[in-house]
Amino acid sequence: MTALGYNFGYLDENTKRMIRRALLKAVAIPGHQVPFGAREMPLPYGWGTGGIAVTASVIGADDRLKVIDQGADDTTNAVSIRRFFAKVAGVETTERTGEATIIQTRHRIPEIALREGQVLVYQVPMPEPLFRLEPRVSETKRMHALADYGLMHVKLYEDIARHGHVAISYNYPVLVGGRYLMSPSPIPAFDNPKMDRMPALQLFGAGREKRIYAVPPYTSVRSLDFEDHPFRPVRADAPCALCGSRESYLDEVVVDDRGGRMFVCSDTDYCSTRQATREAAE
Amino acid sequence: MSGLTPGFADPVPAAQACFRALLEAMARPGRVHRLAGLPEAPAPLAPAAAAMLLTLADAETPLWTDAGPVAEEWLRFHAGCPLVAEPGAASFLLAACGMPELAALEAGTEEEPHRSATLVLQVAGLERGAGWRLTGPGIETEHLLEVEGLPRGFLAAWAANGARFPRGVDLVLCTGDRLAALPRTTRIEEAG
Repeated sequence: MTALGYNFGYLDENTKRMIRRALLKAVAIPGHQVPFGAREMPLPYGWGTGGIAVTASVIGADDRLKVIDQGADDTTNAVSIRRFFAKVAGVETTERTGEATIIQTRHRIPEIALREGQVLVYQVPMPEPLFRLEPRVSETKRMHALADYGLMHVKLYEDIARHGHVAISYNYPVLVGGRYLMSPSPIPAFDNPKMDRMPALQLFGAGREKRIYAVPPYTSVRSLDFEDHPFRPVRADAPCALCGSRESYLDEVVVDDRGGRMFVCSDTDYCSTRQATREAAE
Repeated sequence: MSGLTPGFADPVPAAQACFRALLEAMARPGRVHRLAGLPEAPAPLAPAAAAMLLTLADAETPLWTDAGPVAEEWLRFHAGCPLVAEPGAASFLLAACGMPELAALEAGTEEEPHRSATLVLQVAGLERGAGWRLTGPGIETEHLLEVEGLPRGFLAAWAANGARFPRGVDLVLCTGDRLAALPRTTRIEEAG
């Protein structure tokens, strides 16, 4: 049952129509930022209002929703967004990546490969990949129009000249479909290769900045690099302390006040599934 | 007003289902989707085309159509969209009898290519089949699509539309209760 007094999915139909039109154009122009009218939401900007607006416009009664925050299903933001949609859309929710039809995410891509029929909705704080280099929107718009991304290449070059490597560990800029420079939202650079030719549809919503963009399935997403300094995804050099994975992205957790720390999978569903299969095998 | 047929029986879920099919269609160009829960649209409107406009068109989206006065009245009443006489001024175009020239439609600007028109084109037949080989974003290797009832010279016009990327018009092909989308990024070759 959906909560009385709300339209299905919280947003009114006029707003959904406007967002739906923006989404279709975003899919037709991979990586291009489409402006939309972000509505006031029952939580503040910075808590995923853009992602929620996109999810609310896409979700139907048959969908099963998963929400993750930094890979975890059980953090405040993830739990409250999941409850929000259970309330205003009456949809089933899940923590299993494989069972979800819509996955709303803050700053991670699940470890297991996504498939066709799934939609990945990213919460984006800053959609403009060039904003630290050029603050004027009128200028960045023109740079996108001309595919003039020299500024970003200079930034990467300066990193290499200064530090010997590109010093970006998250929000690493990508080129979509060989044309548009895109911010992958602040996912770790480790996740960037998963975006390339992903079978699932990827939608991005930035509420405060009022932009929507998308990457259609099987679309090339290339992390910017140089021939002699190829892109390398970064991962902590340790196995997960709970499930032993050497492939997953790890969070460093401080465990006491004497410098003790451990590395655990950031993707809680991946980690608990691996722990369960290991226990079953023993 | 007497002959006006109803729109969506249950507008909220029907619009969501139709949009979801459209989103899938736009994300996987050339895949044919069958819609359910369609409105009783007056001839010559294809139910899928009518559903798409009920889902997306409103007072903010000028519509151009050649479907005649009965269809115009139905669209104006149910979608509430203004109708325009000039194809170049429309954000949605519904072509039921022939195709307006792609080059004459709003293609957006280099900075704002999303301000482009979407052309809903009713065709005689739409099947997965050997007519065209489609490639581009959204397509793993290739999709095959067989379309009947397009004007001669369509492929040349489509290639010209794609050549001005990021500007360009997006196309939704409809027949009966089926639709398939061709975003501006899709390249078409005749399969032979």
